[in-house]
Amino acid sequence: MTATYDISAKQGEAKEDGRLRVVAVDNLHKSFGSNHVLEGISLSVCSGETMAVLGRSGTGKSVLLRLIIGLDKPDSGSVCIHGQDLAGLTLDQIGAIRIKMGFLFQHAALYDSLTVAENVAFPLQHHRREMSRSEQSDRVRQLLAEVGMDGNLDKMPSDISGGMQKRVGLARALALEPEILLLDEPTAGLDPISSGEINDLVLTLQREHHMASIVVTHDLHSARTIANRLALLDEGRVVIEGKFEDLEQSDIPFVREFLKQS
Amino acid sequence: MSDRQVTADAGPPASEREDLLMPSAFNSVIDMIAGPFEWFGNLGIFFWQVVRAAVTPPYEWRELVRQLDEVGSKSLPLVALAGAAVGVVISLEARYSLSRFGAKSLFPATLVYSVVQVMGPIITGLVVSGRVGAGMGAELASMKVTEQIDAIEASAINPFRLLAATRILACILMLPLLTLAADLCGLLTGWFAQAMVEPLSFHQFIESGFKGATFNAFLPPTFKTAVYGLIIGLIACFQGMHTRGGAEGVGRAATNSVVLASLFLILADVVLVKFILVVFP
Repeated sequence: MTATYDISAKQGEAKEDGRLRVVAVDNLHKSFGSNHVLEGISLSVCSGETMAVLGRSGTGKSVLLRLIIGLDKPDSGSVCIHGQDLAGLTLDQIGAIRIKMGFLFQHAALYDSLTVAENVAFPLQHHRREMSRSEQSDRVRQLLAEVGMDGNLDKMPSDISGGMQKRVGLARALALEPEILLLDEPTAGLDPISSGEINDLVLTLQREHHMASIVVTHDLHSARTIANRLALLDEGRVVIEGKFEDLEQSDIPFVREFLKQS
Repeated sequence: MSDRQVTADAGPPASEREDLLMPSAFNSVIDMIAGPFEWFGNLGIFFWQVVRAAVTPPYEWRELVRQLDEVGSKSLPLVALAGAAVGVVISLEARYSLSRFGAKSLFPATLVYSVVQVMGPIITGLVVSGRVGAGMGAELASMKVTEQIDAIEASAINPFRLLAATRILACILMLPLLTLAADLCGLLTGWFAQAMVEPLSFHQFIESGFKGATFNAFLPPTFKTAVYGLIIGLIACFQGMHTRGGAEGVGRAATNSVVLASLFLILADVVLVKFILVVFP
């Protein structure tokens, strides 16, 4: 698969096949003690594109997402969001970039002292202060309706299931209308119907809002449904990157074994 | 039994065991010496991050007000009770001691100075350290291990500003006010305990107790508790936000918050008392 690159007027940004490259990860290395989790990961995502990151458990997929949003720092390599390298930025400077990003944690990471509605309203209260209370409430209801949780506004996170928490987490990630969405196992713990609804939502966001998404998932069916490109990781490296058909036609033994077992 | 298992069961020879132990023991000693320095270094870095976040907008006023209520209003009953108990104890002990030396007339001044200058501040600090320090440490530790602090950061909100700066500032502002409450309760119950034994009107008690008193005698000991608040808030937030290890880590953070805050509070009192005596003679 080939792509044409050219540098736009904005420093560091590039276009790939005519689309703006919004996330660029270059030769990332990350270790925790003697455990080398990522060993030279490079990939990029353009606006309106969804990339699925697949791999065995413990291959660093979630660590990759954390590095992209800047929650962890790489040992070497770079992460660029809209052409801006995250290295050396202060917390507030990274915050200005994160406003354009939404992150769904693997276990939702809801604020357990707030209700479902308050969780989704939290980013709006801090970053959309020009919105009135009723406007924020309407936006919260709309977001929760999109993920099928509009009947649970006053429930506490401890009162709902893990799958429902994941859906609330997704609504919270979408609150600020991000340009880039990072999803860590969005359909884990969900029934097939709910998984399908989440997949449809991601496709809608991609199509109508040109949102770029990186989805870490074990769900090959979901990845095949929503992703334009897939990247398969093994032992901290990208084994193969491309469309699903490229994976199906690959002769790499690990790829064939992964598809066979999925 | 395979060759690998035989080797594993036998273990290395004694001379090699000594070689293995020596670097390990040496490293342990180095870690023990370097550990406190590393802790203080990290605390200093954390403090600087909080200060920088606290002085740059947007300010988290709503969260600050919530924390003022949490630290101040909710600690008030416990602090008042502690202050009241201290007042009674000092009253009983002072009456006995002063009677032995024929100095019963000094009772009001003894009680006032003991409560306001010494016992009120330290008791308030230790009570708040236990209640607020443990609560803050555990709350933030729980948020840390469940990725809630990461979620705050991922939502482009500075956790040092939202979580740490508001809590520390609330502790700094509330400790002097809580100390005043403890002092008041201590003086009231101290007077009452004395009045139960010998006639002593409250007016007489106040006039005698504060005779010749100046602001220097009472304000610095009260406002030094703002430093206690800084210590309690800083250590509790640091311990909580640097927690690892699940439920065990949360428990450790809560315990360490109380123990370390109480220890540093007492050590700080030694320095502050000397400072006050020199600067406010």
